[in-house]
Amino acid sequence: MDLNHRFPASSQYHENRTQAHGGDTMVTMSPQDIQAIVLSLKVATAATLLSAPAGFAAAYFLVFSKIPGKTVFEGIFNLPLVLPPVVVGYLLLILLGQNGFMGPLLGKLGIRVIFTLKGAVIASAVVGFPLLVRSVRIGMEGIDEHYILASRTLGAGWWDTLFTVILPLSGRALIAGMTLMFARSLGEFGATIILAGNIPGITQTIPLAIYDYTNTPGGDSMALSLCLVSIVLSFVVLMISESMARSFKIRP
Amino acid sequence: MNLELSLEKKFPAFQFKADVSAKGKRLGVFGPSGSGKSTLMNLLAGLITPDRGFIRLDGHTLFDSEKRILVSPKNRRIGVVFQHAHLFPHMNVQRNLMYGFKRTPEKERKISPGALIDVLALGHLLDRSVHRLSGGERQRVALGRTLLASPRLILMDEPLTGLDQHLKYQIIPYLKRVFQEFDIPLIFISHSLREMRLLTDDVLVFDKGFLSHCLSSEDLARHNLVSGDRAYANLITLKNPLPHKDLWRYTWGNTDLILTEPGKEGENIFELPSKDITLFKRHPEASSARNLLHGIVTDFFNVGNRVGVELSCSGEKLICQIVPESVEELDIRKGEALVAAIKASAFRKLF
Repeated sequence: MDLNHRFPASSQYHENRTQAHGGDTMVTMSPQDIQAIVLSLKVATAATLLSAPAGFAAAYFLVFSKIPGKTVFEGIFNLPLVLPPVVVGYLLLILLGQNGFMGPLLGKLGIRVIFTLKGAVIASAVVGFPLLVRSVRIGMEGIDEHYILASRTLGAGWWDTLFTVILPLSGRALIAGMTLMFARSLGEFGATIILAGNIPGITQTIPLAIYDYTNTPGGDSMALSLCLVSIVLSFVVLMISESMARSFKIRP
Repeated sequence: MNLELSLEKKFPAFQFKADVSAKGKRLGVFGPSGSGKSTLMNLLAGLITPDRGFIRLDGHTLFDSEKRILVSPKNRRIGVVFQHAHLFPHMNVQRNLMYGFKRTPEKERKISPGALIDVLALGHLLDRSVHRLSGGERQRVALGRTLLASPRLILMDEPLTGLDQHLKYQIIPYLKRVFQEFDIPLIFISHSLREMRLLTDDVLVFDKGFLSHCLSSEDLARHNLVSGDRAYANLITLKNPLPHKDLWRYTWGNTDLILTEPGKEGENIFELPSKDITLFKRHPEASSARNLLHGIVTDFFNVGNRVGVELSCSGEKLICQIVPESVEELDIRKGEALVAAIKASAFRKLF
């Protein structure tokens, strides 16, 4: 696989960018910075929403299924948490790249993952997934089995019990997991840069933009203003999540 | 209810085996903890799958290992009231009550929510969060939730065990009334003889996972004549107290009883320990005991170093506990006339 041409960012581009700011005060932002913020939010939202049902299902499987060898699946789900994100990104590249295992199939379907927003979303989703599963799983393990048995004896089927008992009772954990995952996605760097590259306006999220600034002479104040945005965003996410979790709180 | 079952189930540290054929409206399951009572309940409700055997309820096969029939808990329509109520914590009382009702096909619904809420006196609790209910209220809501699914049979797994004495006897009248009014068969699991006698007619006794025997709840209590806090007590239903100086007079059969405890209009159930009755050969002219009742010995039975004497007093039965030496001295035989002396304070009001 030829990876050499994967970094299109040129030094000329960096110059353009710093000039646009012209050494202004800290909070001024170039249109590209705004784009990076919007992209970050898009990627994090998409990754979180896509992962939530899958994470819920995975947690359900780990908690309630009685299949032997569950620990193997547990290990697989947790792997992205302990692997360096760059490794995860590289594995995804091998899997989804044009010459990768699934490349030809994706090509036929006209789907391109590498260097696209889809790639950034997939990278974030995979890296954040274990955090989501972990959180939901702890919540589900806390559900007294008798609630489930009670609903079954009251005439509820499997799906019915899932949506009227298990989902509401693990609601807090799901929100907590989604928050963690959203925050993690906002900060995703390693896997994203390998799978989606660092293309301004297409795949350049906040951390990638900061990385660019720190590699550019005179980019420090720009980097700092994006850091500030990062802090504010994370804080807002935490506040929203806390208030949502409170509305799901079951104890009086 | 006509329940036939023959079940076997092996657990890592425990084996369950029972062959039962039971008829009747109110069946008890009795035994120490770890004897297989709750296993039986889970097997009946379909929450555990047996290794082999069959379960038939009123002609419906719920499980048959040979014919490969296994009806899911959802379709068994066997209601369960758990020991700790287990009301859904994310729903208020009303939604808890209606959970099973909504999932019951319209033509199967036998109990109207309004009538049940009245009988269980839950009207003022409907909008309340289940976390703000007392232990007794929780059990009433749990019972209501189960009943509204119009089950073919209700299983109650020690529903009164977690409650204090006072609450326990507050709930029993509700239970009695509900099962009378709505005519649903009951299997009541408990290790309390008192509850068994108040709520069931026949009892299956389990020991170490095996069904050991089946007998009436009255006989079960007599077998336990002297066993500590389970010792036999007469349960006496008395109605409409009348003041008698500073005590209370109740009509019992065709005689009167004098008690220190007041009661309400309508039925009151009092407990009279069998050891608090003194027997006399002839009428003692005067006694500090306020009740001196004439009775005929109808039966007597030995339990350990005690003898239970069954007296028929003005058409009502009374069990008195004495020692074998007294049996000889009083020359107790069937048909013998005796006088029973009972203190006014020996009666304890249950509810």
